[in-house]
Amino acid sequence: MSRLIASAVMLALLHPCAASAATDSELEEIRAQIRELRSSYEARIQALEQRLKDAEARAAATPATPSAPPVAASAPPPVVPPPAGGAQSSGLAAFNPAISAILAGSYNNFSLDPQQYRLSGFLTPDGVGPGRRGFSLGESELTFAANVDHKFAGVLTFSVSPEDTVEVEEAFGTFNGAPYGVVPKFGRFLSAAGYLNEQHAHTWDFADTPLAYQAFLGGQYRTDGVQLRWVAPTDHYIELGGELGSGDTFPGAPRNHNGAGAGLLFARTGGDIGESHNWLAGLSYLDTRADARSTSAIGIDGDTGNASFTGHSHTAGAQFVWKWAPNGNPLVHNFKLQAEYFWRRESGELAFLPQGSLALAATAPYSSRQSGGYVQGVYQFMPLWRAGLRYDRLDPGHVDSVVLAPTSFDPERATAMIDWTPSEFSRLRLQLAHAKLANGLTDNEWFLQYILSLGAHGAHKY
Amino acid sequence: MAFTSRLVATLALLLAAGAAHALSIFATVPEWGALAQELGGDKVKVYVATTALQDPHRIEARPSLIARARSADLVVATGAELEVGWLPLVLQQVGKPASGAGYFEATSAVPLLDKPAHFDRAEGDVHPFGDPHIQTDPRNIARVATALAQRMGEVDRANAAFYAQREKDFAARWNAAIAKWEQQAAPLKGVSVVVQHKGFTYLEHWLGLREAASLEPKPGIEPTAAHLAEVLAQLGREPVKMVLRAAYQSDQASLWLAERAHMKAVMLPFTVGGTPAAKDLFGLFDDTVQRLLQAAR
Repeated sequence: MSRLIASAVMLALLHPCAASAATDSELEEIRAQIRELRSSYEARIQALEQRLKDAEARAAATPATPSAPPVAASAPPPVVPPPAGGAQSSGLAAFNPAISAILAGSYNNFSLDPQQYRLSGFLTPDGVGPGRRGFSLGESELTFAANVDHKFAGVLTFSVSPEDTVEVEEAFGTFNGAPYGVVPKFGRFLSAAGYLNEQHAHTWDFADTPLAYQAFLGGQYRTDGVQLRWVAPTDHYIELGGELGSGDTFPGAPRNHNGAGAGLLFARTGGDIGESHNWLAGLSYLDTRADARSTSAIGIDGDTGNASFTGHSHTAGAQFVWKWAPNGNPLVHNFKLQAEYFWRRESGELAFLPQGSLALAATAPYSSRQSGGYVQGVYQFMPLWRAGLRYDRLDPGHVDSVVLAPTSFDPERATAMIDWTPSEFSRLRLQLAHAKLANGLTDNEWFLQYILSLGAHGAHKY
Repeated sequence: MAFTSRLVATLALLLAAGAAHALSIFATVPEWGALAQELGGDKVKVYVATTALQDPHRIEARPSLIARARSADLVVATGAELEVGWLPLVLQQVGKPASGAGYFEATSAVPLLDKPAHFDRAEGDVHPFGDPHIQTDPRNIARVATALAQRMGEVDRANAAFYAQREKDFAARWNAAIAKWEQQAAPLKGVSVVVQHKGFTYLEHWLGLREAASLEPKPGIEPTAAHLAEVLAQLGREPVKMVLRAAYQSDQASLWLAERAHMKAVMLPFTVGGTPAAKDLFGLFDDTVQRLLQAAR
């Protein structure tokens, strides 16, 4: 770019007669066009010649290929297929977006009633937990994606929740004409608040989210807003980004205000170590304001009820991922180590209303400093088969509130899984977990999960 | 006056810096990296995203690739959905569209073979646009060279003539080499082979090899014991001299079969860097032809 500008400036300086420069460049352009025409015709003629040769060869070889699949044997004589391939049947269908569907579901067995599920010392929104007991549809998804035009691309993903409701999981546009390599994204998207957070549930290595995601991001944090990301033009990967969003979802809450309710900054770096190892590390900082954020909680008297929080919530996250495959070829063996940790500080006011109580809610100042994280490793021990272990731990830290029950219990969980991936479009998984959620509250969980992907070939994030 | 001279000096510096800046090329696979280097000489800086020991179907959008794609002036890919699992993500993350002057697909210059008559994933990892492993036929390399040199000239107009000249020079050496390889490989015509993955269609087409069977029950699906037994039975009826696999593939299945069917297991470099002898494009085919001849003897 700088070279272009520099040469343009030099040209303008060195040639007092700009007109002659213009004709020169015009001539050059015409020459280039002629060259282009010539070579494209040459390529096309070559292609036709090749096709003729192929047809002749095929006509000669057809009876001599006993192992050829029936499709090829019964294929009609080559009727001049269009050179570029692709959808040719109808002009209308040709511009249809790429459609892919994920069918995911599971059989879940929990020793603890999911109604009683809670993380000791943490205010978690409704719906956080391992899911439903018995057979259930997990996060089945339907995605449409296409380039909009030469500047914009768009993605729309619907997800079907186990409760039979359809949600817009993601609906965003990206713009590829921004200067300095900045990539803007806008709409609803999975936020860069964590490594796992940006990935769709069907690409996770375990059937459910880490406890830290349940406690700090309400499962998975998505926002309606704008994101800017920028990859530094260096050989070493450095990416910086920021988001402004509505902050409607946990740890925020819907607000009736102009402006943004949540802001996020993130930085990532990573690289290769030889051919067999590569890694990614990141930091994120999420700042949200909550207005009457409703969660379940346990009161000072030990009664369950509803806690309504109004105030600031700051969540910092750190992520690390390391992958290994011999010579960078993951076909037979590969290993992935992944760890994330979150710290959260909240301050404001909290109103607590015991369940079934007709009294007024007791409101008092609230502040907390809490943290938690997980570490997991997944090893492919033979082609198609992987096994993984995960350990979760949360620290309820300091909670200053006169209306909530104090706790010093650290929730923790150990998980093991094994999965079978017959092709890149299907996976079956068995997962076992032992969770100590609160004093006297233990859950033994097992999941049998299927993930099938239909339609367009998806690309997976690192 | 002082200002003007300083301006001129700055501009001269800028220009010098511009001249020193080589055309930065991001090649997805080693063969196109090697070709870009042949055509670009010292005017290009080539980064190759994968090695010959990696399965080109199974590459991850890892951080280093994102960084290198960001600063590339030209992305050279195979296309025909070979890189569908990672390249779109990498390009999207750095805001580069998979179109326009800065994006080149080698398969756009080559007529593709094995276009499936119908698309069904039950048939395995079907490539809907045809077989993308075009680099196993040197005549395809020549076609790609012509188109790539032209594209490099479009992206880097200042050196267009340089690239065109190098392409001419390369084509002359390459055509002579093709004639030599074809002469050497004449005894291979009509020889039957078993392949591990359907990745040698163009090589077979070029040398007149006959593909008797594939170790993968469906393209992209790992060999199974049942399918191997079937192939073994078939080979009992009609013996075949060799089983071919690419450098990146596990040797287990082909060694197992070779031992039982009394045939030779041949590892082919598949791309530049696949074997020590396949140091460049010429070495790639020298070695491929030699290995085939040795096995056919």
